[in-house]
Amino acid sequence: MTITFLILAALTIAGMAAAMGLRNLIHCVLALTLGFVGLASLYLHLGAEFAGFVQILVYIGGVAILAVFAIMTTQSAEPVAHRRSAPFWLAGTLVAAGVFSVLAWAITRSGAHGRGLPPSPQIAAEQVGFALMRAYVLPLELMGLLLTVALIGAVVVATPGKKGEL
Amino acid sequence: MSHAQMLDQIFVIVKHWLLAYVPAGWQPLASAVLSVVPVLIVFPLLFAITTVLERKGLARQQNRYGPNRVGPWGILQPIADGVKSLTKEDIVPRSADHMVHLLAPLLLVTAAFLGYAVIPIGRNMVISDMNGGVLFFFAISSLVELAVFMAGWSSRSKYSLFGAMRAIAQMISYEVPLVLAAIVVVMAAGTLSTVSIVNAQAGYTGIWPHWFVFTPWGFTGFALFMIAATAESNRSPFDLPEGESEIIAGYYIEYSGFKFALFFLGEYLGMMATSAMAITLFLGGWAAPFSFLGWVPSYFWFFAKLLALICGFIWIRGTLPRLRMDQLMNFSWKFILPMTLLNVIAAGAWHFMPGGVWRWVVCSALIAGPFIVLGRATSWQGKGVAVRKYRYAE
Amino acid sequence: MSPLSSYLLLSALLFSIGLAGALSRRSAILVLIGIELMLNAANLNFIAFWRYGPRPEALTGVMFAVFSITVAAAEAAVGLGLILAMYRHSKSTDLDKMTSMRG
Repeated sequence: MTITFLILAALTIAGMAAAMGLRNLIHCVLALTLGFVGLASLYLHLGAEFAGFVQILVYIGGVAILAVFAIMTTQSAEPVAHRRSAPFWLAGTLVAAGVFSVLAWAITRSGAHGRGLPPSPQIAAEQVGFALMRAYVLPLELMGLLLTVALIGAVVVATPGKKGEL
Repeated sequence: MSHAQMLDQIFVIVKHWLLAYVPAGWQPLASAVLSVVPVLIVFPLLFAITTVLERKGLARQQNRYGPNRVGPWGILQPIADGVKSLTKEDIVPRSADHMVHLLAPLLLVTAAFLGYAVIPIGRNMVISDMNGGVLFFFAISSLVELAVFMAGWSSRSKYSLFGAMRAIAQMISYEVPLVLAAIVVVMAAGTLSTVSIVNAQAGYTGIWPHWFVFTPWGFTGFALFMIAATAESNRSPFDLPEGESEIIAGYYIEYSGFKFALFFLGEYLGMMATSAMAITLFLGGWAAPFSFLGWVPSYFWFFAKLLALICGFIWIRGTLPRLRMDQLMNFSWKFILPMTLLNVIAAGAWHFMPGGVWRWVVCSALIAGPFIVLGRATSWQGKGVAVRKYRYAE
Repeated sequence: MSPLSSYLLLSALLFSIGLAGALSRRSAILVLIGIELMLNAANLNFIAFWRYGPRPEALTGVMFAVFSITVAAAEAAVGLGLILAMYRHSKSTDLDKMTSMRG
């Protein structure tokens, strides 16, 4: 395992673990952003430039800001998120540990360990454009439809009622 | 090579000469460092020049002198500003979030510097020729919004929170037209790489250059890009989030000393990075304006265009009054965004029509017609708003 | 370069961290963040398999990951709108207080 992968993986795991474990909600979202940056760097390391830039643009520039706005408008005082009582927390961790152990067992027993590395693909942006417009044009149009529906739906759900509750 | 070409490539030649002294194992790292360090030196120097240019320019527009004590005509003022900001006491409010308070200006400056990685400053002079350079630039400029929020939130002050909310709302609403205005260039050049976009504009017909700004869709795209860039950098007339007369300094009200200087640096660097991207996309990058001026080095033209755009920013700041928040949002969503979409259609029509007068007429009509219609529809004149009648106390 | 299994293990670890967070935190926003984390782990899986797979020039993994990012963004928007509506109704985002279907 190369040193780059280890550093990026450590950064990502630290960010995501902090996002799930910290008490202050804003700190959670900032740690989540750090985890997103780590993941985008991993995509770039693997040679998927387009996916890495889209990850930064959409997740950090969109989802993180959205989460921050939501925290801002739904906290009456300090944005502190209490952990649940001990049984819940323990049960959640045990379930997650169980899932991880099953997945890790499956991964180590499969043939993925010894698989060599194919030569790195030189993906030009034009190939991505061609793929989007030829092979994947139907998912692209469906994404447009989905985003429109989600936009209208989010506005309808979050609009205050007639009595001006907000 | 001829003397003009040698002067043009002088920095590349010096870099290769220095690299020859580095052992072979360290060459990639040394090459990266040698590419990055000039940018880290030149652009903060340009920032210093911009501060004094802005203060003198604004002052002259307002019929006063501006700073004129520190050097001849005040040109050494940035040194005085630098000493002041370094020696001022760094006051952090007691209830502030210290870690986030410290990280916000760092993130802002980092994001601002990262944007320069894909700008070609001269022929063969770019730090990193990425395949998706334009996409990288816009992805990095979305990190700035997060830094603004971190600054506003960590100060735990109502003014800074208001400023941060307004700033983020403004930046998000103007980011979409910014990207859409750049899309037309990507469509015309057929590539996302900034070096290829500049190379596509480096030809001449007669003495006239092939810059994209000299086409109807390019001119409109350039105008829309500059408007959106002004709003993205929170500059006047879109500077409500940092309006000095309203909410004092908005999201960096609780910052003092060096951190404030870092915010200032980050904002101006962002402004210069967006101007540099506008030059790359629309104004031909490092290409000379006329073909007989090709002997002047390419980096000279880049910095000349950059200074011209910065002077344009300063001019607009001194001239136009500030927009209110709802006016700003209306302007973005109801006028600028439809114009960018129409611009995309016009660029597509330009691409598929054969060359000649007819192409110019159709594309200009496609843009000018809706411009007039939208302008009439979104102005206040159609809304029955009458001239204000004053009633005085009797 | 690292073997494929290290990327898969990292993805599994991120998924289980997200699952632990989504199951054991009390604030609705943190549950949403946990779900985003799980989606990101799956994306990493896709990109890793694309890179180590037989035909990287077909761009299947990258396209799937990009569409997944888009869907996740849309779902985050709707989810946060729901949280806003929930807050407006009961003045808190605590999931332990949301115990009845009737308001």
